[in-house]
Amino acid sequence: MKIDSYRRVGSIEEAYELLTEKSGAAIIGGGAWLKLMPKTIDTAIDLSDLGLDKVTGLENEYEIGCMVKLRQLEKFTPFQMIFDGILIQSAGSIMGVTVRNIATAGGTVAGKYGFSDLLPVLLAMDAEVELYKRGRLKLEQFMDETGVLKDILTRIYIRKTEGRGWFYTMKNTAIDFPILNAAITSSQKGCRIVIGARPYKAALAKKAMQFIDRIEKPGEVEIIEAANIAAGELKFGSNQRGSSDYRRELCITFVKRGLRKVLL
Amino acid sequence: MKIKIKINGTIKTINVKADEYLVDTLRNNGCVSVRRGCDTTSCGICTVLLDGAPVASCSYLSCRADSHEVTTVEGIQEEAALIADFFGHEGADQCGYCNPSMALTLYAMKRELKNPDDDEIRAYLVGNLCRCSGYVAQHRAIRAYLEVE
Ligand SMILES: Cc1cc2nc3c(=O)[nH]c(=O)nc-3n(C[C@H](O)[C@H](O)[C@H](O)COP(=O)(O)OP(=O)(O)OC[C@H]3O[C@@H](n4cnc5c(N)ncnc54)[C@H](O)[C@@H]3O)c2cc1C
Ligand code: FES
Ligand code: FES
Repeated sequence: MKIDSYRRVGSIEEAYELLTEKSGAAIIGGGAWLKLMPKTIDTAIDLSDLGLDKVTGLENEYEIGCMVKLRQLEKFTPFQMIFDGILIQSAGSIMGVTVRNIATAGGTVAGKYGFSDLLPVLLAMDAEVELYKRGRLKLEQFMDETGVLKDILTRIYIRKTEGRGWFYTMKNTAIDFPILNAAITSSQKGCRIVIGARPYKAALAKKAMQFIDRIEKPGEVEIIEAANIAAGELKFGSNQRGSSDYRRELCITFVKRGLRKVLL
Repeated sequence: MKIKIKINGTIKTINVKADEYLVDTLRNNGCVSVRRGCDTTSCGICTVLLDGAPVASCSYLSCRADSHEVTTVEGIQEEAALIADFFGHEGADQCGYCNPSMALTLYAMKRELKNPDDDEIRAYLVGNLCRCSGYVAQHRAIRAYLEVE
């Protein structure tokens, strides 16, 4: 990555003006991923001085500023109380401490990376994002949108929901990208089953969710059926870490394990 | 761009390029213990402490370090010598390439984690690669170091 000029802004409006002024402008989160990209940034926009580096507990939800580091998420102990601490587990599974002290929640969500370990968990928690101009929307909707983001992701919101959660990421080594990951939650609203690193971006297994939610007291038979439905409805691809067939098999195993944990 | 940065206790005003990384700024300013390995946040060799927390300096923009405090091994020499003693005693190092980053990471770990167990120690060290030692002797040395009051 090459940067022509670097601007530490004093307001979000200033950041937005700079971002929309030139096509080559970009928000710098931690800059860890951007660094690996072969591109030139005209104006690198740094939001460090805007107080967006805090996790705040509100009445019914938590507000995560976009500049919050993955390490902060991992160390924020109240998250242990939500869905069995899957947010802490997933943040802590990403690379080493030296990276997690750089990479941000905002850069992770804005990037919509297929390999992300955090996005499946945020989707399973039914998180919302706040864009400076557009306001709040479901992360699920944000993830479905394609094209260049010409807005600033300012905050992420997680409701204080009671429920069970399960997260698993399978990697060849602790500092490799995942071969496949999964996040599964169950609450009064039903089950959410999310599979990531397929290697495509994380997606909900909606048919499997509908199937399991229709059953009053799901047991082992229904869990196996739901796992097969999930593997059938999602698309899997091949790369050097695993073939699509292998990933599909892993998906069945992960969904079975996760549903057992959150339902039985 | 001009940045003001405290390096090992001394405040310096330095001119940096918009896309300069901390590893280069520090090396250009006398901290040659900071090394570059993979340059992609994967090996940990370039670790420095930013406000006390370990970061990969190969991927940390110098502009972002403006008004912050950076510590390299040059700034913790006594503690680094103590760590080196434990490593030497356990036969835990060979070429020494990873020693500065390992020393800084352990220094930070000791201050951040209270009585870590073996798994917590290993988790904290993820991404600090050593291509010589095989980690077992290192782990013994780390345990001994953490027991020092
Ligand atoms: C070597 C390496 C290995 C990794 N391995 C894994 C892994 O195994 N699992 C995993 O989950 N993650 C992994 N990551 C990704 C990491 O967790 C982060 O998701 C990634 O670095 C992006 O975060 P960042 O803060 O560095 O974003 P940046 O690199 O700063 O930005 C990423 C993108 O988002 C944009 N952006 C940043 N902030 C905002 C904002 N507030 N509003 C709008 N746009 C914004 C930027 O312009 C850019 O396009 C890895 C990263 C690296 C460098
Ligand atoms: S050189 Fe920075 S992590 Fe390898
Ligand atoms: S002692 Fe040689 S790399 Fe660690």
